[in-house]
Amino acid sequence: MKQFLSFVKKECFHIWRDKRTLFILFGMPIVQIVLFGFALTNEVKNSQIGILDMSRDEASITLANRINASRYFDLVTNLQSNTEIDAAFRKGDIKMAIVFPEHFRESLLHTNTAQIQLITDASDPNTATTLSNYASAIIGDYQDEIMGQNKLPYTITTQVRMLYNPQLKGAYNFVPGVMALILMLVCTMMTSIAIVKEKEMGTMEVLLVSPLKPIMVIIAKAVPYLLLSIINIISILLLSVYLLDVPIAGSIVLLFAASILFIITSLSLGLLISSFTNTQQTAMLISLMGLFMPTIIFSGFMFPIENMPLPMQVISNAIPAKWFYYIVKSVMIKGLGVEAIWHELLILTSMTVVLLTISIKKYNIRLSQ
Amino acid sequence: MEAVIVNNLIKTYPAEKKSVVKALNDISFKVNAGELFGVIGPDGAGKSTLFRILTTLLLADSGTAFVDGFDVVKDYKEIRKRVGYMPGKFSLYQDLSVEENLDFFATIFNTSIRENYDLIKDIYVQIAPFKTRRAGKLSGGMKQKLALCCALIHRPSVLFLDEPTTGVDAVSRKEFWEMLQQLKKQGITILVSTPYMDEASLCDRVALLQNGAILSIDKPTVITAQFNNTLLAVKADNMFGLLQVLRESGLAANSYPFGEYHHVVMKDNISIEELGNYLNQKGCTTVNIQKANANIEDCFIALMRNE
Repeated sequence: MKQFLSFVKKECFHIWRDKRTLFILFGMPIVQIVLFGFALTNEVKNSQIGILDMSRDEASITLANRINASRYFDLVTNLQSNTEIDAAFRKGDIKMAIVFPEHFRESLLHTNTAQIQLITDASDPNTATTLSNYASAIIGDYQDEIMGQNKLPYTITTQVRMLYNPQLKGAYNFVPGVMALILMLVCTMMTSIAIVKEKEMGTMEVLLVSPLKPIMVIIAKAVPYLLLSIINIISILLLSVYLLDVPIAGSIVLLFAASILFIITSLSLGLLISSFTNTQQTAMLISLMGLFMPTIIFSGFMFPIENMPLPMQVISNAIPAKWFYYIVKSVMIKGLGVEAIWHELLILTSMTVVLLTISIKKYNIRLSQ
Repeated sequence: MEAVIVNNLIKTYPAEKKSVVKALNDISFKVNAGELFGVIGPDGAGKSTLFRILTTLLLADSGTAFVDGFDVVKDYKEIRKRVGYMPGKFSLYQDLSVEENLDFFATIFNTSIRENYDLIKDIYVQIAPFKTRRAGKLSGGMKQKLALCCALIHRPSVLFLDEPTTGVDAVSRKEFWEMLQQLKKQGITILVSTPYMDEASLCDRVALLQNGAILSIDKPTVITAQFNNTLLAVKADNMFGLLQVLRESGLAANSYPFGEYHHVVMKDNISIEELGNYLNQKGCTTVNIQKANANIEDCFIALMRNE
């Protein structure tokens, strides 16, 4: 036990004295949350639009004001002619143009039909669709209002409810994703580097010629990173609750338990990498290319897995982060309990057991030459 | 009693195109308990491989080895408890201080600095003024002293030092060997490898290793005494020209640069006068010829030629 504690203490010295890495370890979650929360967002907010109003009557002005008042749109220019629309798009001043034809109100009242043209910049298809949907919704609201009591004889009204995330905030999606990413990065990459560093520096040679048991070396290496990762989870959760207003809907205990399970999965993955690499560089490359990229691609937080071709969907099952992402989303966002995620927990647990067994078996009790 | 027994060890490494490099080629020797045993040989002779097999870090292809009576393959755990090993490359934690390194190695060997302080005291007092300094910031000689302390802290019965003096200045080298003599008095068996031939005379017995084979194994004095040709040290104005003349002369069995002289191993029945006359004839000026005593390096070169 004393040996073990001394080893852990030594590991903590290594981490603590490498100030730059330490800064990255603790700074990374904060930077990522802030980046995803405020900069890298695919939410549509304050999009610049232009309005070409050729009728300038009561109806068109009211509608234009409403659109401008919504938080999605920001009227930047009142356009005067069709040619200006083109110019504004080319210059990139606006993302959408709204065109009211002449006699808008008259035709609405007399012929009971009027047209509004929405022109969007579809070079970014997602934004274009979102913008036109938002605008259509505002126009629809206005239409309902002026219709007043005069209900149409047959109408089907759709009632849409956005469950779990009524405001359609991107943060609900990426907080679980960032958690998966950071835990993967800290645990897998840092542990594999920490062990391979001993090989590279030659200290492994001395450790091997000592009564230390291999399992003790492995666990002692992993413990400091486990603690570090727990601190990271706490800081991510604090940031998401207080900065991004993403509440923790489910049980915090369950969330932590699942996170610790995923940390152990990542740690054993790191151990496995370290057992077949001999330089810090290869360990880092394998962790980055072999794990970081698949985590981003296959966890489902950037690209929906359901839209992928079947072979890639199959591959995604092998990525631990996919399961963890699902668990965090279920517990943290949807507020579900253990009965909803036991399946995923079981998969993660068996992955961990398999990885740990392989890495302990593969741990060289001699020099691998 | 023998502290180390090596029987017919063979170790090969795979090389290019499915060929193999023989790092150790059928080596056998014994080291007595309490002996200071030197393994002398140039780089690539197989010294580190031998030490790694004995410290259970590598498996030999064939042959057996015992350290302190334990088999290096079967009883590797026992051996790891009782030997001290200092690898050729500085292998301590550069970002830990001197004291922290020592403390760490003491703890993983289930002991404490205080328990065995008397053993390392003489060495430790030399680095004690720097005990809060990071190991990476120590000078080469200091690093070696710290590494030695760390290898000794659990009072090993056999100490393996792989090239401890390589890259260390002459003064520190001398000090290091004095420390080894002190440790020997404590009853610790020491195996030390070195590429420096002049260090051979400081060992009780040496094995001369070349291309994975032992050329000779005995007390240094016995090995040098076995050198039975006449050995001369020759000096002249033009040393390079002199060497060429010597090699073309046909009078010397071998001649090679040796410090400020050339050493010349004479063929039988050729006297110093004959050589002197020959050199004068060939136009060598201010020729100085002395009789020389063969040291380990001369023996090594002679043994290599006989191979």
